[in-house]
Amino acid sequence: MASIKELEVLEEIETGKKYSRTSLYKDAWKRLKKNKLAMLGLSIVILLILIAIFAPLISPYNPISRIKEDSSLGPGMNHLFGTDLLGRDIFSRVIYGSRISIEVGVIAVGISVIIGLFFGALSGYFGGISDAVIMRVADIFFAFPYILGAIAIMTILGPGIVNIFIAIGILGWASIARIFRSSILTIKNKEYIEAARAMGASNNRIIIKHIFPNSFAPIIVYATMNVGIAIIVEAALSFLGIGVQPPTPAWGKMLADSMAYIDTAPWMMFFPGLAILITVLGFVLLGDGLRDAFDPKLR
Amino acid sequence: MAETENNKILEVKNLRTYFYTDDGVVKAVDGVSFDLKKGETLGIVGETGCGKSVTALSILRLIPEPMGKIVEGEIIFDGKDLLKLGQKELQNFRGNRISMIFQDPMTSLNPVYTVGNQVMESLVVHRKLSKEEARRGSLKLLEMVGIPEPKRRFASYPHEFSGGMRQRVMIAMAIANSPSVLIADEPTTALDVTIQAQILELMDELKSKTNSSIIIITHDLGVVAKYANRVMVMYAGKPIEFSNVDNIFYKPMHPYTIGLMKSITRLDEKNRKKLKPIEGLPPSLIDLPKGCIFRIRCKYAINQCKKEYPPLVEIEKDHRVSCYRAKEFMDGILERFGN
Repeated sequence: MASIKELEVLEEIETGKKYSRTSLYKDAWKRLKKNKLAMLGLSIVILLILIAIFAPLISPYNPISRIKEDSSLGPGMNHLFGTDLLGRDIFSRVIYGSRISIEVGVIAVGISVIIGLFFGALSGYFGGISDAVIMRVADIFFAFPYILGAIAIMTILGPGIVNIFIAIGILGWASIARIFRSSILTIKNKEYIEAARAMGASNNRIIIKHIFPNSFAPIIVYATMNVGIAIIVEAALSFLGIGVQPPTPAWGKMLADSMAYIDTAPWMMFFPGLAILITVLGFVLLGDGLRDAFDPKLR
Repeated sequence: MAETENNKILEVKNLRTYFYTDDGVVKAVDGVSFDLKKGETLGIVGETGCGKSVTALSILRLIPEPMGKIVEGEIIFDGKDLLKLGQKELQNFRGNRISMIFQDPMTSLNPVYTVGNQVMESLVVHRKLSKEEARRGSLKLLEMVGIPEPKRRFASYPHEFSGGMRQRVMIAMAIANSPSVLIADEPTTALDVTIQAQILELMDELKSKTNSSIIIITHDLGVVAKYANRVMVMYAGKPIEFSNVDNIFYKPMHPYTIGLMKSITRLDEKNRKKLKPIEGLPPSLIDLPKGCIFRIRCKYAINQCKKEYPPLVEIEKDHRVSCYRAKEFMDGILERFGN
């Protein structure tokens, strides 16, 4: 019978309080913490998310309200980043613009990851005909340049934020599926999978419990970097006018609107551009750091 | 004790497992038959690539399809032919009634789960225990296989364990559901010698405790001599000699077995001789020679050996050999360990 003491020990085991444990992911986190650039990236990402969440509290003006007499003011005390042609506060618009970018980045990449994981698992684990078909379809997706594909889909679906999610989400699945497939192929032949099978584990159990956690690292890395790319694609689509529609503030759209005034009012272009740059940089640095953290060769 | 027939826990009949490669059909296992009695340890020996491991994997039907396929045979376990079972039923057997220990403990544990978690898994999968019960059960198992401080070690990850300890964990996982048959596929190959002995002692001890049977696959004849009751010698996918351990070591009748015995050192040997390796290489499994598969390397080969493969016949009680000249060895006409 279990004494109280034994239960206490069990609890300690459960919570891992007393004994240090190092798992793959904890190890990776430790290494990530040591990587200054990655931590910079992580801080940028966290800061951005906070800005996006608390946009109404931070922004001094309503991003879409026009103040006619304030039109085209340079950066100053009243308007930190200046105002645009319609007299809207660029600082507030950049802050609100982060919402669109983060949303697109996270949701669109989320869609790619879900689709990609499903098909990647199907083709990697079961192989055969499903593998051949899925990979050929992926090839078709690879054949289109990313941005061209996005433009094509947006023209079919029409502009709008939801359609951006769909367009970028659909376009991204193929790479995720490829990556997941290849990591499944390597994991699948590991002895511990065979051992699990010899132990009587079912296919589902093997995929979910044994293959997924072991093949996740490259997906996390790729998805993080891909958020940056998705943000750029969204900006490009909005720049081209087939993305987010006015008056919703989006960085790409702000760039497009200010293009004509680059020599007279450069701040209109500078600040949204800087925002895109910093955001993408943040995700790419983080992704890069994650890759180094997960890379077993560095151990 | 029941009568001899019921004493068999596992019977393999005429098993053939082939692999279909671009270069042709690899007959990895080609007509293997043997039986396993309750409580005994059966050794399967042979050199690398002779089909030992494939035989073991075939029993649990773990042959990677569609490359490999069990083309023929019966594997009777507890009155049921395992080859006829569906996936679901099969999963109930694996790890439950028959379990397996793999060669390389370094890679046979999943790196992302704690050791305890993995031992628990076999209890959860088959016995549907609650988490708490499974945790207690696995602590007991870890203790049984001699992991010091099991409570502390429960939460360790595999990379924090040495090879010997990992193999102990593998054994704990394998015996979790008290299987009737434990298949150990070269359980000690990846371990150093002192740990080898500990692991084998442990398996032997657990066998007598749980009254299970063990199939031990190895190319280490010393292991076989010490732990096995009966031995099947395999060569190029075929069983060539099958008998109790004394017969194999002291009265081998197949030239290949004789060759094996000559190529090991013996402590009890008075006049030290040079070890005699078996000349030549085993044949390619894709392109087996006609007749006896060993005849090319065999200095006793006669004309008949070229024509037809010698069947595995019971030459004396409990001693089966597939060699036309076995009788001559038995009668002492041919000298085994001479020259």
